[in-house]
Amino acid sequence: MSAIATKTLLEVRGLEVEYGRVRAVDGVDLDIASGETLGLAGESGCGKSTVANAVMQILRPPAHIVGGSIRFQGEELTGKSNEELRRFRWRNVSMVFQSAMNALNPVMRVGDQFVDMMQAHERISKHRAIVRAGELLELVGMDKHRVRSYPHELSGGMRQRVIIAMALALNPELIILDEPTTALDVVVQREILQEVEALKRDFGFAVLFITHDLSLLLEFADRIAIMYAGEIVEAAPAATLAESPLHPYTQGLLQSFPPLTGPRVKLTGIAGAPPDLREPPAGCRFHPRCPHCVPENVALYFRQTSERPRLREITPGHFVACHLVDA
Amino acid sequence: MSVLEVRDLSKSFAIGGALRRQHVHAVEDVSFSLRPGTITALVGESGSGKSTVARLIARLYDPSSGAVFFGDEDVAQVRRRKDVLRYRSQVQLIFQDPFGSLNPVKTVRHHIERPLRIHDIVPSSQVDDRVYELLETVGLVPAREVADKYPHELSGGQRQRVAIARALAVEPTVVLADEPTSMLDVSIRIGILNLMLKLKDERDIAFLYVTHDIASARYVADDILVMYAGQIVERGPVEQVLAEPLHPYTRLLLAAVHGERIADRGSGASAAVDPVEGCRFVSRCPLAIPVCSEVTPELVEARRQHAARCHVTAPAT
Repeated sequence: MSAIATKTLLEVRGLEVEYGRVRAVDGVDLDIASGETLGLAGESGCGKSTVANAVMQILRPPAHIVGGSIRFQGEELTGKSNEELRRFRWRNVSMVFQSAMNALNPVMRVGDQFVDMMQAHERISKHRAIVRAGELLELVGMDKHRVRSYPHELSGGMRQRVIIAMALALNPELIILDEPTTALDVVVQREILQEVEALKRDFGFAVLFITHDLSLLLEFADRIAIMYAGEIVEAAPAATLAESPLHPYTQGLLQSFPPLTGPRVKLTGIAGAPPDLREPPAGCRFHPRCPHCVPENVALYFRQTSERPRLREITPGHFVACHLVDA
Repeated sequence: MSVLEVRDLSKSFAIGGALRRQHVHAVEDVSFSLRPGTITALVGESGSGKSTVARLIARLYDPSSGAVFFGDEDVAQVRRRKDVLRYRSQVQLIFQDPFGSLNPVKTVRHHIERPLRIHDIVPSSQVDDRVYELLETVGLVPAREVADKYPHELSGGQRQRVAIARALAVEPTVVLADEPTSMLDVSIRIGILNLMLKLKDERDIAFLYVTHDIASARYVADDILVMYAGQIVERGPVEQVLAEPLHPYTRLLLAAVHGERIADRGSGASAAVDPVEGCRFVSRCPLAIPVCSEVTPELVEARRQHAARCHVTAPAT
């Protein structure tokens, strides 16, 4: 890889976000290099979307950042003015939301929505912008004449493609995909992800891919970070994570997807349910569900239930926050 | 031996105004049977008609044509309240949304007691014990504590377990589970699937498991039905169908979940509006031959117990 490809694009350090008194994100560190796809996986309520919204600086009250820093190309984002952020969004970082299918204005033609967005960021004639919109639609596998369509004339998959085309419009360095295909059928989901991969090769943008579906990340991400109850519990290159997951939560998640081939073995999933973040468990937040947390093992049990494990690099590039690994 | 048999079941819904009336053929000529102690997976994408099939069997809709035989009685014709009640106590439906299917102002106990009393399952004096027993069966312990909780105090997985306990209260022989795990977190989905496996063994229940997730269908099911645009396009033992799929649509679905590169500009699996004669999949099919656009294929058993609706891979003899 060239030096440019390994340059850090986004650097998140000790990020803390609260909704009222609930701390949804509690001390998250993340790095994304130029051109890299980082997968962020976890269950609903673990804080993964909140991280994305914080990076994009679109948290709405009561959510607010209470600590940490977010640097994009070395520049601190927290504390920037609204005008500075307006220029930063779409141009440097764009985002495709979970419900992006419904993010289009229903009474505006698709092309006009491109024009709006482009004219907010650069001097471009309406005619030029429409032509450019058509080109972008072709990039995501649609007919360029769809610029004349209204959103209701498009299927869910096509609407999602439109949003992805818009996210590409200003050639950003980073695109955040927050559950981009969760509402779509498997065949359409796969087509769209294949296209994003091809576009990434051509344009060289980095991707922060957020999903609850770990199996998708194993395939599409370079590195994967696993979030649980507001913290990152493990991060590693995708292949490493698949072959030697170290955190019991990651192991449990990988055990939660039945295989389509090979012997039909009984899976266990993970007992219990994610904690209520109003009162997160003391010590390791996963300990109430952890199969390796038993009172019989007195010394370890004491640490697991009283001391928060820190994210440590175990082998190069493989980080984990777990007392078992320390021990 | 089957406990419930669906024969040529069809359901169409009228859309459009009086002048431009059209019909969506949500379910078309669907036939299959459910056997005690087995799980039959009904797999399809959104709009394929799979949930409508479950709802037709549960009698939430009346079929446009066809029959649902429970024993030797066509339940689509049953009208007397007593008979409807008896059928409902034998055939239970579990919904996708465990947040919407429980009453937020009533305790868990209330939800499970009600069917016990309405269907007179046990004498009043034994209702409490039966409630606890059911909660324990679905893994909600300590049962006495859980019984007095309200739905908002439970996680999604626990709520779905309450819904299952409620369905079991009337000692059904058939349970229709409509996407019971799709709204739950991934780490607790397996728990619900394992519970279905346990209940099928211990109580000899015939399950219809409606899902869009083929991997989970393989995990729990004995037999699989694949739906596309309102029709069953493939049917057979789950291992056999997934290892050697006959229908091109099943092959496409499997390629998508296997992570193979696919080249398809599909428009989805939605039910057809006023369909003309011919295979519903023809516009997306890589194997299509002229006859496919002219004649609707029948479900033909090309291998032992393994049938498909395809002129090419399962031709009629």
